[in-house]
Amino acid sequence: MGSSTTAATAGATPARQRPSAARIGPAAWLRANLFGSWASSAATLVLLYLILRAGWSFIDWAVIRAIWQVPAGAHGPDTTICRQAQGIGACWAVVGEKYRFILFGFYPYAEQWRPALVVALFIALFIVSGVRRFWRRELALLWIATLVAIGVLMWGGVLGLSYVPQNQWGGLPITLILATFGLALAFPLAVAVALGRRATSLPAVRLLCVIYVELIRGVPLITLLFMASVMFPLFLPQGVDIDKLLRAQVAFILFAAAYLAEVVRGGLQALPKGQSEAADALGLSYWQKTRLIILPQALRLVIPPLVNTFIGFFKDTSLVLIIGIFDLMKSGTVAIAEPAWQGLSSEIYILLAVIYFAFCFSMSKYSRNLERTFGRARNR
Amino acid sequence: MSATVPPSSDEPPAILLEHVNKWYGSIHVLRDVNLSVGRSERVVVCGPSGSGKSTMIRCINRLEAHQEGRIVVDGTELTDDLRSLDTIRREVGMVFQNFNLFPHLTILENCTLAPIWVRKMPKAEAEALAMDYLIRVRIPEQANKYPGQLSGGQQQRVAIARALCMRPKIMLFDEPTSALDPEMIKEVLDTMVGLAETGMTMVCVTHEMGFARQVADRVVFMDRGEIVESGTPAEMFGNPQTDRLKLFLSQILRGH
Ligand SMILES: Nc1ncnc2c1ncn2[C@@H]1O[C@H](COP(=O)(O)OP(=O)(O)OP(=O)(O)O)[C@@H](O)[C@H]1O
Ligand SMILES: [Mg+2]
Repeated sequence: MGSSTTAATAGATPARQRPSAARIGPAAWLRANLFGSWASSAATLVLLYLILRAGWSFIDWAVIRAIWQVPAGAHGPDTTICRQAQGIGACWAVVGEKYRFILFGFYPYAEQWRPALVVALFIALFIVSGVRRFWRRELALLWIATLVAIGVLMWGGVLGLSYVPQNQWGGLPITLILATFGLALAFPLAVAVALGRRATSLPAVRLLCVIYVELIRGVPLITLLFMASVMFPLFLPQGVDIDKLLRAQVAFILFAAAYLAEVVRGGLQALPKGQSEAADALGLSYWQKTRLIILPQALRLVIPPLVNTFIGFFKDTSLVLIIGIFDLMKSGTVAIAEPAWQGLSSEIYILLAVIYFAFCFSMSKYSRNLERTFGRARNR
Repeated sequence: MSATVPPSSDEPPAILLEHVNKWYGSIHVLRDVNLSVGRSERVVVCGPSGSGKSTMIRCINRLEAHQEGRIVVDGTELTDDLRSLDTIRREVGMVFQNFNLFPHLTILENCTLAPIWVRKMPKAEAEALAMDYLIRVRIPEQANKYPGQLSGGQQQRVAIARALCMRPKIMLFDEPTSALDPEMIKEVLDTMVGLAETGMTMVCVTHEMGFARQVADRVVFMDRGEIVESGTPAEMFGNPQTDRLKLFLSQILRGH
């Protein structure tokens, strides 16, 4: 409708200016989208019934008939009522009983404030790193300091902390260590490999990068983890033993970097050639051009696939349970191996899902936020 | 061919191309190109599409490498040596058909980037310099916007200011107005005329004949990788010698 028409009708029929409530608002939306015809009304009703039923059954199981506490027995908690309620009501008592084990594994019970502090440190580090105002050189120092603090807290043996060998670590700190340092180190490696793959003037570097990416992408992560845990020690000189967690961490970094490199390369490829030429023409060196012009733009372009890959790898850390590293997933499954609590897997897996979801959803939410900030700067 | 000798021949030329040849694979894109541009001289390059105009001026700041012959810019010969490349790119500014501003940086940051990082100028000084040039191209009020928020004509003027912030001795233009809507062409050409009046050495690929008449000391006509004819605008447009130039002129006149 042109503005002249609007102006002409404005005085005469004001009622037509304002669409009646029937044409906008939730009622209209419902009518248009869910009850448009007999067939769609029927489908809506059937689906609604199924959804409500499933939802109700879940609430019935998870809340109404759930058991929140179990009485103490002669040898630990008496879980008889949980067994009786199996399939009818959830037994959340297992969570209250086992959460410390799930979160921290076999870490000495009295010292578990240490891994708890480590988790808190990680979350603080994520939050601080997420604020754009703090994106300065000092942030790298903060990461190094946090890494050291985490090492001191977990291992101990200094500052009056008792020594806790790595094979007693477990649960959430392991998952966070693998994911955080895995991705934090894989990312720069990925950028280097992606740049190397495009270095036309250095054919050897280029070939090396191609081989690396193709080789790593061609094998499953599990294979790589097995190689790191079983094969790798064979190549080391006698007596030299590298920590199992560290080996898994390295395998994880190498694997993630190959995938991330391809995502980054996609961003580099998408950048118009003119950007690089303009930087050249201004006399910027290769590194200045890469750092100031190419990467900032290329990485912004690939935030969604990058975060997608990050989230995927965060969850893939759970694969280390295969080589006997006690991550969150593993400690969850071990927690219910005890006879008294056997069969309560649903409750535990729901708990694990909630923990993984909290981290992954935060990442996804943050990435959308970041995209919006950068998008605004670009096409305001 | 009259004006091939630079105006003051006692000085070495700003740009010298001698027997330059270049191939893309088997395509011969520059064929024995000879060109000498004196200081403060303004040369307009024209010719049909694909004739090698862009390739030639991109060889002058080595965005493309030539394979045979010699190119000397401001007394420095262009070789694979990285140091000579640095020297030359500091002295030669370039303006592209598609502006190629950096979209993630503000107008001011676009202009201060190279002075800060290449010339190691303190930030405040670079900003003052950039504002100076933004005033000269008449858009200081846009300094804190992003390129995407500007019109094409404004973007191209920023691109000119950005190149000038490096205080180059030579400016290269590759069809600076051909991506612009007609109503914006004038503002960019006016900026370039203003620049010509400051005595800048300019090599400009353009089909804007009015501009060529107004500022060019010399017009160079290229076809199929060769310089076919060159002379003053009056000679070239008023009295073309070769059939190829006559044909070209009749085509662009019909086009306008
Ligand atoms: N990167 C490249 N690879 C292969 N061939 C190229 C490349 N760049 C240009 N050419 C070819 O070189 C020739 C000269 O191209 P150039 O861009 O210099 O022409 P031009 O005179 O600037 O044309 P236009 O007026 O269309 O810009 C053309 O035949 C073109 O197809
Ligand atoms: Mg061209």
